[in-house]
Amino acid sequence: MEIPNPNIHMWQGNVACAEGAIAAGCRFFAGYPITPSTEIAEVLSQKLPAIGGNFIQMEDEIAAIGAVIGASLGGVKALTATSGPGFSLKQENIGFAVMAEVPCVIVNVQRGGPSTGLPTHSAQGDVMQARWGTHGDHPIIVLSPSSVRETYDMTIRAFNLAEKYRIPVVLLSDETVAHLTEKITIPDPASIEIIDRKKPYVSPEKYLPYQIDETDIPAMANFGEGFRYHVTGLAHDETGFPTNNPEKIKAQLERLNRKIQRNRNDIVEVETFETEDMEVLVIAFGATARSARRAVINARESGVKAGLLRMKTIWPFPDEEIEKIYKSVKKIVVPEMNLGQIAHEVEWATRREKPVVRVNKINGEPITPNEIYESIISQG
Amino acid sequence: MDYLQYLRKDKMPHIWCDGCGHGIVLKSILRVIDKLGWDKNNIAMISGIGCSSRTPGYVDFNTLHTTHGRGLTFATGLKIARPDLHVIVVSGDGDATAIGGNHFIHAARRNIDISVIIYNNYIYGMTGGQVSPTTPGGKKASTTPYGNPDTPFDISRLAQAAGAAYVARSTAFHVGKMDRYIEQAFTKTGFSVVEVLTPCPTSYGRRNKEGRGVDMLMYQKQNSIGIEQAKGKTAEELKGKYITGVFVDKEQADYRQRYDEVIKKASKLNK
Repeated sequence: MEIPNPNIHMWQGNVACAEGAIAAGCRFFAGYPITPSTEIAEVLSQKLPAIGGNFIQMEDEIAAIGAVIGASLGGVKALTATSGPGFSLKQENIGFAVMAEVPCVIVNVQRGGPSTGLPTHSAQGDVMQARWGTHGDHPIIVLSPSSVRETYDMTIRAFNLAEKYRIPVVLLSDETVAHLTEKITIPDPASIEIIDRKKPYVSPEKYLPYQIDETDIPAMANFGEGFRYHVTGLAHDETGFPTNNPEKIKAQLERLNRKIQRNRNDIVEVETFETEDMEVLVIAFGATARSARRAVINARESGVKAGLLRMKTIWPFPDEEIEKIYKSVKKIVVPEMNLGQIAHEVEWATRREKPVVRVNKINGEPITPNEIYESIISQG
Repeated sequence: MDYLQYLRKDKMPHIWCDGCGHGIVLKSILRVIDKLGWDKNNIAMISGIGCSSRTPGYVDFNTLHTTHGRGLTFATGLKIARPDLHVIVVSGDGDATAIGGNHFIHAARRNIDISVIIYNNYIYGMTGGQVSPTTPGGKKASTTPYGNPDTPFDISRLAQAAGAAYVARSTAFHVGKMDRYIEQAFTKTGFSVVEVLTPCPTSYGRRNKEGRGVDMLMYQKQNSIGIEQAKGKTAEELKGKYITGVFVDKEQADYRQRYDEVIKKASKLNK
C-alpha cells in the first residue's frame, strides 16, 4: 500500500496562510472577525494552542494590531489578518510598527470597497492603501499571492522579510485566492528557510536600538532580555528616545526608508511568462494574474505574441523588472480589480512611452481571461 | 530609598508642569517597585499618549510609548507573549476612557494580569486643556468655554463593572493610601486598576479658578471621603466629594490560567 504523502493537502488560500504562518514560526495571532479573512483566525484558534502558541480575539481591529506589536516586542513572531475596513482601522498602528521597527505580518484579504463595500466579493482596491495607508513618508513591504501554494510560501516569506528588515509586511491577498481551494504539496518543513531578527551582540550598556551602521538595520533586543530600552512612535534618535533635533530626525528617517530601498533587489520578486519575444506585455498580480496567464496563452494561440509579468512583490514597486522587458513591446495591458492603481504606476515606470491599456473591474466579479485577451489582441 | 536607581537621569527635567500631580504618582510607583524588589529587567511599562503617558520615558525599565489609547492592547500582546514580565500600563483619563475606553473595559473583562495606573486629572493636558470623559459637569475646558454639558465617567466603577480583579482610587494628596493600593494592584494576579486623582493646575485649575497645585491638593484633602464612610450617604451629600478606597479585591482565574487550560485541551485533541 502506498503511504500517503503528509505534505499533500487540499487547502483553501486562507488555510494555507494560517499553515504558512505556523511554518514560519508564528506563535501569536490577534484578530477580529471580518469577511473574507476570518478562516485564518479560525484555523489559528485551533492550531496555535495545540503547539503552545497563543490566539486571541481582540475587541477590535486596532487592538489586534496593537497586541501583535506588543507580542513581537516580547520576541514572539506575530500575525494579524483582516480585510478592507479592518485594514483601514489598523493603519495608525501599522505606522507605529514602521516607525518603531517592530517586525510583524498583516494579512489583508481584499474585498470590494470603498466602505463596507462587498464583503464576500473579490477586489484589488487596496494597492495604494497598502502603500500609503498610514501617515507620513514611510517604507513598507507588500506581497501578493496568486495561488494557494503561493499563499503558503509567501506568508513564510512575509515573516522572513519582516524579521530581516524590522518592518511590518503586508500580505495583500484577495477574496478569490483566499477562498480558492487547490491541491498543493508543501515543502518539507526541514527545507524551509526561517529568518530571525538580528540580535544585539553588545552589552546592554552599549546597545543602541536604532543604531545607524553600514547595514541600516539595527539589531533588536526583545523586552525582558536585559536591554531596558525605550520604544516610541515619536521621532527618536539612535537611543530610541524622542528628539526634536532636526539632524538626528533626518538621519533616522532617511535610514528607515533607505533600509528598504537599498535592499529592493532582495525584496522584489516577479515571475515572467513568455516575455522573450513578446509584443504585448501584460502586468498583473493576485487572482487576476491567473486570468492573465490564460489570456496570454490564448493570445499566442491566435498568433499574438503576448507575455506576462506577474508581480509577487507589489511594494517596493517592480519598476526595474518592468524596465528590463518593456522597451520592445507595442503596448502594455494592465488588468486589475480596481480602477487603475497599478496601471498608474506602470505608466510612471515606463514614462508613458507605450500605451497602457487598462482592464478594470470593480463590481465584485473576477476579471475573466477573455476580457484580458480582448485587450491583448485589440488593434485599437 | 534611592529613586534615582529607577530613573533615567539624563531624561530629566521631565515635561510635567509645576504643581502637576503626576510626579507624585511616579514616586509612589517606584516606592512600591522598590519595596517588592522587582528586577528592572523584568518590568515593562507601557503607555499611550498624553502627559501621564510620558512616564515610561523616565524610568529605567523596558518601556513602550504607544499610540493614543492603545497602550493596553500592546500590553496585552506583550503579557501573553511574555507572562514572565511584570506589565504596568500608565494612562490618563482621556487615553484610558475616551479613545482607549474599549480596550480598558475588555482588558478588565479578560482579567489579564496587567496593572493600570490611571492619572485622572479630568482634562487633556498635553493638547492644552480640552474636556475629557472625566471632566465634571459644568466645568470649563478649552473646548467647553460655556461649561461642560456632559456627565463624567466614574473610572473605578467602570473598571469594577467590567470585571477587574482589583480596583482602587486615591488622590495624589493621599500618598500613603496610594502606595498601599499600588502595591496591592502590583501583587494581584489579574487585571488591577488604581485610579489616582491628580491636579492639573495649568490646564484645569487655572481655567476653573481652583488655584495652584498645592491649593488643588488641599482641596483633595478636604473633599475626599472613604468608600466606607460614603456608604449610606445621599447623592446630594456626596456632591463634589472624591470617594476613595478599594472598590474591588477579588480572586478569580486570570487570562493566563484560563488560556493554559485551552492549551491543555488543544494539545490533547490535536495529538
